[in-house]
Amino acid sequence: MTIYSATRPPLPNGTMPSYYIRQLYWAIMSILALLLMISFDYIWLKRASYVLYGLGMFLLLLVLLLGKTGMGAQRWLNLGVISFQPSEVFKLFYIITISRYLSEMQGKIGLASLLKTFFLLAFVPIIMLIKQPDLGTAIILLLVFLSLVIMKGLQRKAAALVVLISLVSVPFLGNILWEGLKDYQKNRLVAFLEPETDPSGIGYHINQSKVAIGSGQVIGKGYLKGTQGPFRFLPEKHTDFIFAVFGEEWGFAGNVILLFLYLSLILRGLDTASKAKDEFGSLLALGISFMFTIYFFVNVGMTLGIMPVVGVPLPFMSYGGTSLLANFVAAGILINIRTRRFTLFY
Amino acid sequence: MSINGNSSEKVLISAYLIIALFFILTIRIWQLQILQGSEYRKLSEENRLRIVRVAAPRGIIFDRNGIPLVKNTPYYFVSISPQNLDGLDISALAELLKMDKDVLSEKVKNRPQQNLYEPIRLKEGLSTKEIALIEARRSDFPSLAVDVDVSRDYLFGSTGAHLIGYLGKPNEFQYSSPDFRDVPSNAFIGQWGVEKLYDRQLRGTSGERIIEMDALGRELRLIKEKSPVRGDDVKLAMDIKLQKEAEESFGEKTGALVAMKPDTGEILAMVSKPSFDPNLFARGIKYRQWEELNQNKKLPLLNRSLQSQYPPGSTFKIITAIAAIEEGAIDVNTKVTCTGEIVYGKWHFGCWQKHGHGTLSLHRALVESCDVYFYDLGKRLGIDKIASYARMFGLGKETGLRIAKERSGMVPDTKWKQEKRKQPWYLGETFNASIGQGYVATTPFQMAQMMSIVANGGYIYSPSLLMADNKPAPLTKLNIRQETFDEVKKALSGVVNENGGTGWAAKSSMVNICGKTGTAQVVGMKRDSKYLPEMFRDHAWFVAFAPYEAPEIALSVMMEHGGHGGAAAAPIAKRAIEVYMKGQRLENRQTTH
Repeated sequence: MTIYSATRPPLPNGTMPSYYIRQLYWAIMSILALLLMISFDYIWLKRASYVLYGLGMFLLLLVLLLGKTGMGAQRWLNLGVISFQPSEVFKLFYIITISRYLSEMQGKIGLASLLKTFFLLAFVPIIMLIKQPDLGTAIILLLVFLSLVIMKGLQRKAAALVVLISLVSVPFLGNILWEGLKDYQKNRLVAFLEPETDPSGIGYHINQSKVAIGSGQVIGKGYLKGTQGPFRFLPEKHTDFIFAVFGEEWGFAGNVILLFLYLSLILRGLDTASKAKDEFGSLLALGISFMFTIYFFVNVGMTLGIMPVVGVPLPFMSYGGTSLLANFVAAGILINIRTRRFTLFY
Repeated sequence: MSINGNSSEKVLISAYLIIALFFILTIRIWQLQILQGSEYRKLSEENRLRIVRVAAPRGIIFDRNGIPLVKNTPYYFVSISPQNLDGLDISALAELLKMDKDVLSEKVKNRPQQNLYEPIRLKEGLSTKEIALIEARRSDFPSLAVDVDVSRDYLFGSTGAHLIGYLGKPNEFQYSSPDFRDVPSNAFIGQWGVEKLYDRQLRGTSGERIIEMDALGRELRLIKEKSPVRGDDVKLAMDIKLQKEAEESFGEKTGALVAMKPDTGEILAMVSKPSFDPNLFARGIKYRQWEELNQNKKLPLLNRSLQSQYPPGSTFKIITAIAAIEEGAIDVNTKVTCTGEIVYGKWHFGCWQKHGHGTLSLHRALVESCDVYFYDLGKRLGIDKIASYARMFGLGKETGLRIAKERSGMVPDTKWKQEKRKQPWYLGETFNASIGQGYVATTPFQMAQMMSIVANGGYIYSPSLLMADNKPAPLTKLNIRQETFDEVKKALSGVVNENGGTGWAAKSSMVNICGKTGTAQVVGMKRDSKYLPEMFRDHAWFVAFAPYEAPEIALSVMMEHGGHGGAAAAPIAKRAIEVYMKGQRLENRQTTH
């Protein structure tokens, strides 16, 4: 719906936006996929995980070799009628595989096994993603990995390493501090560090996004009444900056409701994790919930100007078929785990 | 619980952490939408809506006979919208616009921060050929736009340029001045002459177009439009035919001519030679052209009729004569014998006629411009009396015309000399002043005004650039007897028409011209001008009015380094008067029929 608004032509008599139609097809496919995901015991996922992981890695490799370029990055694979983004599919296989691997491990993770797990399961795909380059997904996969090993439990030395890795991601936190500075202070710093900074580049994106959201005020400008998106002030309006379009049209009230819906989904996921019948299900549910959380926070934080601009979509809302499909599949897995939480039925 | 004992606790902690993250987002959204919402709403409106000021068509400037002197013309410029400049191929654009690549990228990059959404003007004053080229490449540069402003065509070119003035871009000071707040940025405004002086009337009220735009700066929809209100026309007192004839009669010489209507104070012509082409300015003057005008040794931008002052020479004898009669220093029969010089102490004050004029009265002294006669009058009057009469006729002070930063001229007296030079006044200086030399200095405009007062018999009118609808009331009347004026006017007619009159060259078969020659010394010693290089030759003056019986035009002619006034300046005055009188008679015939 918001994609329709985001991509509607600026004038009322324009043609139907093709993005909207395409996304609609993907949505139907996604719902079918979700139903499919509920229909079998997720234990099959555990069994198939290594095969899936291998398949995912193969797809990533394919992208690197013959992928289609879009927005300066090579993320798409063209399969005749449709092109899709293997990294979106891969992240699910990745979570499933890590969950299985960790669930088969006994007790807390020692330093050696942490490193072994990391290099076995996480290192290679993350490097491949960075090569694409899809830094956003790479960071999210790393964070999901870290949060899952924390949830599994770590021995002291291993914990120390995780803390160390977290410190490496301090620039991330630094960005939040960075936004706390006044504009002129930032300008000075930027001018100092990077004299070549293009004012109509990244700064322009964030600025326009903030203008869009801010101008929504309390109740928004109303559906289809937003101006920033359709008039092209907002770049990437139907993908990474879709939240800005939503915020402009629905205002604070709409945003709070949206945030509440996402939070409910995520908390439901956590609840599912604590109720799952086995450790695999539990870790899988956690992994998916964390993934949603990170995506949501990074994306919305970016449009609000408190996170750096990394190209990650907003789950369920951004344009992008594979992403939508993957998110629905992930939701399907959560439902699957929840419905099969009582072992005695089987 | 299926996982390790402390796991549900961890899940709970992560739930809290996630809630905290969402809380941060909510706070931020609250900050943007509630706290700064109205600010951002305004920004988004500015983003989308652009108020474009539309310059009103400027009022037309007419001459006194209704001949248009200017025409409004389109002035094309190409601009680029500042959004989405990434990926702009500067070198291709530079090639298209035939501009220097560095200059162009400087313009694009260093735009002022406050005008984030205002299109950047890249090149102005485009020719139709350039426009066609740009339009043809439109698809390669979608954010490029050709727009149009209103500028002027000065139909008579350099004729009357100092009076009419020109349009130009507002300067820094004008940008911030409240007087120009309603003027569209970058619009042409009056920068000189009448265009500047009456800018407010001519300008009209600019209109506004509120336009919805996309980020590329393309107009999507017109939301509201306020039509501009055309500026008022201005009808000048100037007679373009007279102005043109006068300018042509100067040829290559430098100088000035001012013509006025004695019974109204209307300015019929204001010539300053050399002149310049105001169209250069109205088409966006190039720096090189500006330099050229500024560095020209003949100072074409100087309005010599107001901004230059010269010793008036013998034309000043009119003042001395009036003062002498009025003050009873002489009567019309008082005779003085001129032997060619007068000796005062060890100083010899010569007459221009080395052999002397013999014995003559005031009438013949004016006709033949005898210096010795006026030395004698000066001695009888004293400098202070002469100075007070000079001031009555408007000499030594600004006319208040405001068309240019004028010079006030100089009327010396004993008090002035004591204060400024810390010296007593010497009689020799009075001799010099009596014949308009020495410290005395006047602008051509002041001399025309003086002649106008003589012609109308002592009435002072406020000088007017605009044509008067009704006959204006004089400001004051000088306390000078009519007989005095009659006597002087009769002599001035003699200057032109009598045998031996120095102004013989102005004698016209068409109209009885009255006048007075003047030769202002450039170098101290009198020498025969003909054999001097031009820059040392004397300035030639001729002041005149016509016809004798009921004056309709009064004027002053000043030719720099023209030599003797009678030979150089008088014919110009004659030509100007004749062309004006011809026009008047034609008009009279038309109105009587």
